Amino acid sequence: MIAEFEIIKPLLGGVLIGFASALLMLSIGRIAGISGIVEGLLRPKTGDVFWRFLFILGLVFGGFVMSFIMPERYSLETGRSIEMIALAGLLVGVGVHLGSGCTSGHGVCGIGRISKRSFAAVPTFIGVGALVVWYLGRSRIGL
Amino acid sequence: MKMFISGLVTFFSGICFAIGLTLAGMTIPSKVIGFLDVTGGQWDPSLMFVMIGAITVYAVMYHFIKPKMDKPLYAPKFRLPTRSKVDVPMLLGAAMFGAGWGIGGFCPGPAIASASLLDMRTLVFLACMIVGMYLAFLIQALIPSALYGKD
Repeated sequence: MIAEFEIIKPLLGGVLIGFASALLMLSIGRIAGISGIVEGLLRPKTGDVFWRFLFILGLVFGGFVMSFIMPERYSLETGRSIEMIALAGLLVGVGVHLGSGCTSGHGVCGIGRISKRSFAAVPTFIGVGALVVWYLGRSRIGL
Repeated sequence: MKMFISGLVTFFSGICFAIGLTLAGMTIPSKVIGFLDVTGGQWDPSLMFVMIGAITVYAVMYHFIKPKMDKPLYAPKFRLPTRSKVDVPMLLGAAMFGAGWGIGGFCPGPAIASASLLDMRTLVFLACMIVGMYLAFLIQALIPSALYGKD
Protein backbone atom coordinates (compact mmCIF):
# COMPACT_ATOMS: atom_id res chain seq x y z
CA MET A 1 0.00 0.00 0.00
CA ILE A 2 1.17 3.47 -0.84
CA ALA A 3 -0.11 6.69 0.71
CA GLU A 4 -1.35 9.57 -1.40
CA PHE A 5 1.70 11.40 -2.63
CA GLU A 6 2.82 14.50 -4.51
CA ILE A 7 5.05 14.70 -7.55
CA ILE A 8 5.20 18.24 -8.93
CA LYS A 9 5.95 20.19 -5.75
CA PRO A 10 8.64 17.79 -4.48
CA LEU A 11 10.23 17.72 -7.93
CA LEU A 12 10.22 21.52 -8.10
CA GLY A 13 11.54 21.74 -4.53
CA GLY A 14 14.31 19.33 -5.45
CA VAL A 15 15.21 21.37 -8.53
CA LEU A 16 15.53 24.49 -6.34
CA ILE A 17 17.67 22.63 -3.78
CA GLY A 18 19.92 21.32 -6.56
CA PHE A 19 20.15 24.77 -8.15
CA ALA A 20 21.01 26.47 -4.82
CA SER A 21 23.70 23.85 -4.14
CA ALA A 22 25.20 24.18 -7.62
CA LEU A 23 25.13 27.97 -7.29
CA LEU A 24 27.23 27.73 -4.13
CA MET A 25 29.75 25.52 -5.95
CA LEU A 26 29.99 27.71 -9.07
CA SER A 27 30.08 31.03 -7.18
CA ILE A 28 32.33 30.37 -4.20
CA GLY A 29 33.49 26.81 -4.89
CA ARG A 30 31.91 25.22 -1.83
CA ILE A 31 29.90 22.05 -1.20
CA ALA A 32 26.38 22.88 0.02
CA GLY A 33 26.42 20.44 2.90
CA ILE A 34 24.36 21.95 5.68
CA SER A 35 25.99 19.95 8.48
CA GLY A 36 29.50 20.79 7.27
CA ILE A 37 28.60 24.47 6.98
CA VAL A 38 27.31 24.49 10.59
CA GLU A 39 30.35 22.56 11.89
CA GLY A 40 32.63 25.18 10.38
CA LEU A 41 30.80 27.79 12.45
CA LEU A 42 31.30 25.78 15.64
CA ARG A 43 35.09 25.68 15.23
CA PRO A 44 35.74 28.78 13.15
CA LYS A 45 38.86 29.30 11.07
CA THR A 46 39.94 32.80 10.03
CA GLY A 47 38.43 33.84 6.70
CA ASP A 48 36.13 30.80 6.63
CA VAL A 49 33.22 32.04 8.69
CA PHE A 50 31.34 34.79 6.88
CA TRP A 51 30.09 32.79 3.89
CA ARG A 52 28.79 30.10 6.27
CA PHE A 53 27.02 32.72 8.34
CA LEU A 54 25.43 34.27 5.23
CA PHE A 55 24.24 30.94 3.85
CA ILE A 56 22.68 29.90 7.18
CA LEU A 57 21.14 33.36 7.51
CA GLY A 58 19.57 32.89 4.04
CA LEU A 59 18.28 29.48 5.07
CA VAL A 60 16.66 30.87 8.23
CA PHE A 61 15.29 33.94 6.44
CA GLY A 62 13.95 31.85 3.55
CA GLY A 63 12.24 29.53 6.01
CA PHE A 64 10.82 32.51 7.89
CA VAL A 65 9.21 33.97 4.76
CA MET A 66 8.01 30.58 3.48
CA SER A 67 6.36 29.76 6.82
CA PHE A 68 3.93 32.62 6.11
CA ILE A 69 3.37 31.73 2.45
CA MET A 70 2.93 27.98 3.03
CA PRO A 71 2.21 27.56 6.76
CA GLU A 72 0.85 24.05 6.17
CA ARG A 73 4.37 22.99 5.18
CA TYR A 74 5.64 23.93 8.62
CA SER A 75 3.47 21.63 10.70
CA LEU A 76 5.96 20.13 13.12
CA GLU A 77 3.79 17.55 14.90
CA THR A 78 5.09 14.00 14.76
CA GLY A 79 3.76 12.51 17.97
CA ARG A 80 7.34 11.92 19.17
CA SER A 81 8.04 13.03 22.73
CA ILE A 82 10.46 15.87 23.47
CA GLU A 83 12.92 13.38 24.97
CA MET A 84 12.89 11.41 21.72
CA ILE A 85 13.46 14.61 19.75
CA ALA A 86 16.43 15.48 21.99
CA LEU A 87 17.89 12.01 21.37
CA ALA A 88 17.29 12.49 17.64
CA GLY A 89 19.20 15.80 17.68
CA LEU A 90 22.12 14.24 19.54
CA LEU A 91 22.32 11.28 17.13
CA VAL A 92 22.09 13.57 14.11
CA GLY A 93 24.81 15.88 15.51
CA VAL A 94 27.30 13.10 16.25
CA GLY A 95 26.33 11.13 13.13
CA VAL A 96 26.71 13.90 10.56
CA HIS A 97 30.18 14.77 11.80
CA LEU A 98 31.53 11.20 11.92
CA GLY A 99 29.65 10.48 8.70
CA SER A 100 31.06 13.57 6.96
CA GLY A 101 27.68 14.84 5.83
CA CYS A 102 23.92 14.69 5.83
CA THR A 103 21.08 14.63 3.32
CA SER A 104 22.44 17.65 1.43
CA GLY A 105 26.21 17.05 1.41
CA HIS A 106 25.99 13.31 0.69
CA GLY A 107 22.46 12.97 -0.71
CA VAL A 108 22.55 15.81 -3.23
CA CYS A 109 26.14 17.02 -3.77
CA GLY A 110 27.92 13.71 -3.13
CA ILE A 111 25.63 11.59 -5.28
CA GLY A 112 25.65 14.35 -7.92
CA ARG A 113 29.48 14.29 -7.95
CA ILE A 114 29.41 10.46 -8.05
CA SER A 115 31.41 10.19 -4.81
CA LYS A 116 32.06 6.66 -3.63
CA ARG A 117 31.69 7.69 0.04
CA SER A 118 28.28 9.22 -0.61
CA PHE A 119 27.11 6.16 -2.52
CA ALA A 120 27.87 4.20 0.67
CA ALA A 121 26.53 6.79 3.12
CA VAL A 122 23.14 7.52 1.54
CA PRO A 123 21.77 3.93 1.50
CA THR A 124 23.16 3.54 5.03
CA PHE A 125 21.28 6.48 6.50
CA ILE A 126 18.09 5.87 4.56
CA GLY A 127 18.24 2.16 5.46
CA VAL A 128 18.85 2.72 9.17
CA GLY A 129 16.23 5.51 9.17
CA ALA A 130 13.66 3.13 7.68
CA LEU A 131 14.62 0.45 10.20
CA VAL A 132 14.19 2.84 13.13
CA VAL A 133 10.82 4.10 11.84
CA TRP A 134 9.68 0.49 11.46
CA TYR A 135 10.82 -0.33 15.00
CA LEU A 136 9.20 2.73 16.56
CA GLY A 137 5.96 2.10 14.68
CA ARG A 138 5.94 -1.48 15.92
CA SER A 139 6.73 -0.81 19.55
CA ARG A 140 4.92 2.55 19.68
CA ILE A 141 7.78 4.18 21.56
CA GLY A 142 7.19 7.88 21.92
CA LEU A 143 3.81 7.76 20.26
CA MET B 1 32.40 45.03 -4.94
CA LYS B 2 33.19 41.44 -5.86
CA MET B 3 33.04 40.48 -2.18
CA PHE B 4 29.67 42.18 -1.84
CA ILE B 5 28.22 40.27 -4.80
CA SER B 6 29.66 36.96 -3.60
CA GLY B 7 28.06 37.53 -0.19
CA LEU B 8 24.76 38.37 -1.83
CA VAL B 9 24.87 35.23 -3.99
CA THR B 10 25.67 33.08 -0.93
CA PHE B 11 22.75 34.59 1.01
CA PHE B 12 20.48 34.10 -2.03
CA SER B 13 21.61 30.50 -2.32
CA GLY B 14 20.53 29.93 1.32
CA ILE B 15 17.12 31.48 0.62
CA CYS B 16 16.70 29.39 -2.52
CA PHE B 17 17.62 26.26 -0.55
CA ALA B 18 14.95 27.07 2.06
CA ILE B 19 12.26 27.63 -0.59
CA GLY B 20 13.25 24.30 -2.12
CA LEU B 21 13.04 22.48 1.20
CA THR B 22 9.60 23.98 1.83
CA LEU B 23 8.14 23.04 -1.57
CA ALA B 24 9.76 19.63 -1.21
CA GLY B 25 7.92 18.96 2.05
CA MET B 26 11.18 18.31 3.88
CA THR B 27 10.12 20.82 6.53
CA ILE B 28 7.29 18.50 7.61
CA PRO B 29 8.90 15.88 9.90
CA SER B 30 5.86 13.60 9.75
CA LYS B 31 6.22 13.53 5.94
CA VAL B 32 9.88 12.57 6.24
CA ILE B 33 8.92 9.78 8.64
CA GLY B 34 6.22 8.73 6.15
CA PHE B 35 8.92 8.47 3.47
CA LEU B 36 11.10 6.32 5.71
CA ASP B 37 8.11 4.18 6.70
CA VAL B 38 8.50 1.72 3.86
CA THR B 39 6.89 -1.18 5.65
CA GLY B 40 4.06 0.63 7.44
CA GLY B 41 1.52 0.17 4.65
CA GLN B 42 1.25 3.93 4.07
CA TRP B 43 4.57 4.69 2.35
CA ASP B 44 4.85 8.28 1.09
CA PRO B 45 7.26 8.28 -1.88
CA SER B 46 7.10 12.08 -2.46
CA LEU B 47 10.62 12.67 -1.16
CA MET B 48 12.03 10.40 -3.84
CA PHE B 49 11.07 13.07 -6.35
CA VAL B 50 12.94 15.65 -4.27
CA MET B 51 16.12 13.60 -4.60
CA ILE B 52 15.57 13.03 -8.32
CA GLY B 53 15.08 16.76 -8.96
CA ALA B 54 17.96 17.91 -6.77
CA ILE B 55 20.53 15.35 -7.92
CA THR B 56 19.69 15.84 -11.61
CA VAL B 57 20.10 19.63 -11.51
CA TYR B 58 23.24 19.45 -9.36
CA ALA B 59 24.84 16.72 -11.46
CA VAL B 60 24.17 18.54 -14.74
CA MET B 61 25.62 21.82 -13.46
CA TYR B 62 28.54 20.05 -11.78
CA HIS B 63 29.53 17.90 -14.71
CA PHE B 64 28.75 20.27 -17.59
CA ILE B 65 29.30 23.82 -16.34
CA LYS B 66 32.00 23.48 -13.67
CA PRO B 67 34.57 21.83 -15.99
CA LYS B 68 34.34 24.89 -18.27
CA MET B 69 35.47 27.14 -15.40
CA ASP B 70 39.08 27.45 -14.16
CA LYS B 71 37.85 28.70 -10.81
CA PRO B 72 34.60 29.69 -9.12
CA LEU B 73 33.15 33.11 -10.01
CA TYR B 74 34.04 34.70 -6.67
CA ALA B 75 36.73 32.53 -5.09
CA PRO B 76 40.30 31.53 -5.98
CA LYS B 77 39.57 27.79 -6.20
CA PHE B 78 37.01 25.00 -5.92
CA ARG B 79 37.08 23.32 -2.50
CA LEU B 80 36.08 19.66 -2.82
CA PRO B 81 36.11 16.88 -0.23
CA THR B 82 39.54 15.22 -0.25
CA ARG B 83 38.73 11.84 1.27
CA SER B 84 37.58 9.19 -1.17
CA LYS B 85 37.66 5.84 0.69
CA VAL B 86 34.66 4.38 2.45
CA ASP B 87 35.70 3.84 6.09
CA VAL B 88 34.19 2.47 9.29
CA PRO B 89 33.73 5.78 11.16
CA MET B 90 31.87 7.23 8.18
CA LEU B 91 29.49 4.28 7.93
CA LEU B 92 28.91 4.35 11.71
CA GLY B 93 28.24 8.08 11.52
CA ALA B 94 25.84 7.67 8.61
CA ALA B 95 24.00 4.95 10.56
CA MET B 96 23.71 7.21 13.63
CA PHE B 97 22.48 10.07 11.48
CA GLY B 98 19.90 7.76 9.89
CA ALA B 99 18.68 6.65 13.33
CA GLY B 100 18.28 10.27 14.47
CA TRP B 101 16.58 11.19 11.19
CA GLY B 102 14.08 8.36 11.64
CA ILE B 103 13.34 9.26 15.25
CA GLY B 104 12.86 13.01 14.77
CA GLY B 105 11.98 13.34 11.08
CA PHE B 106 14.45 16.21 10.95
CA CYS B 107 17.76 16.55 9.18
CA PRO B 108 19.93 19.66 9.69
CA GLY B 109 18.72 21.81 6.74
CA PRO B 110 14.97 21.68 7.40
CA ALA B 111 15.53 22.10 11.15
CA ILE B 112 17.45 25.32 10.52
CA ALA B 113 14.86 26.52 7.99
CA SER B 114 12.16 26.02 10.66
CA ALA B 115 14.19 27.75 13.38
CA SER B 116 12.39 31.11 13.10
CA LEU B 117 9.10 29.54 14.17
CA LEU B 118 10.70 29.18 17.61
CA ASP B 119 8.87 25.91 18.18
CA MET B 120 10.19 24.11 21.26
CA ARG B 121 10.69 20.85 19.33
CA THR B 122 12.86 22.45 16.64
CA LEU B 123 14.90 24.39 19.17
CA VAL B 124 15.53 21.31 21.33
CA PHE B 125 16.52 19.36 18.22
CA LEU B 126 18.94 22.07 17.07
CA ALA B 127 20.49 22.56 20.52
CA CYS B 128 21.05 18.80 20.90
CA MET B 129 22.42 18.60 17.35
CA ILE B 130 25.02 21.27 18.17
CA VAL B 131 25.95 19.47 21.41
CA GLY B 132 26.25 16.27 19.36
CA MET B 133 28.60 17.95 16.87
CA TYR B 134 30.90 19.16 19.66
CA LEU B 135 30.78 15.65 21.13
CA ALA B 136 31.74 14.23 17.75
CA PHE B 137 34.76 16.58 17.53
CA LEU B 138 35.97 14.96 20.78
CA ILE B 139 35.06 11.42 19.71
CA GLN B 140 36.85 11.82 16.40
CA ALA B 141 40.10 12.69 18.14
CA LEU B 142 39.93 9.32 19.91
CA ILE B 143 39.33 7.19 16.81
CA PRO B 144 42.51 5.32 15.84
CA SER B 145 43.73 6.48 12.45
CA ALA B 146 43.94 2.84 11.32
CA LEU B 147 40.15 2.85 11.03
CA TYR B 148 40.36 5.45 8.31
CA GLY B 149 41.41 3.95 4.99
CA LYS B 150 44.37 5.57 3.26
CA ASP B 151 43.39 7.74 0.32
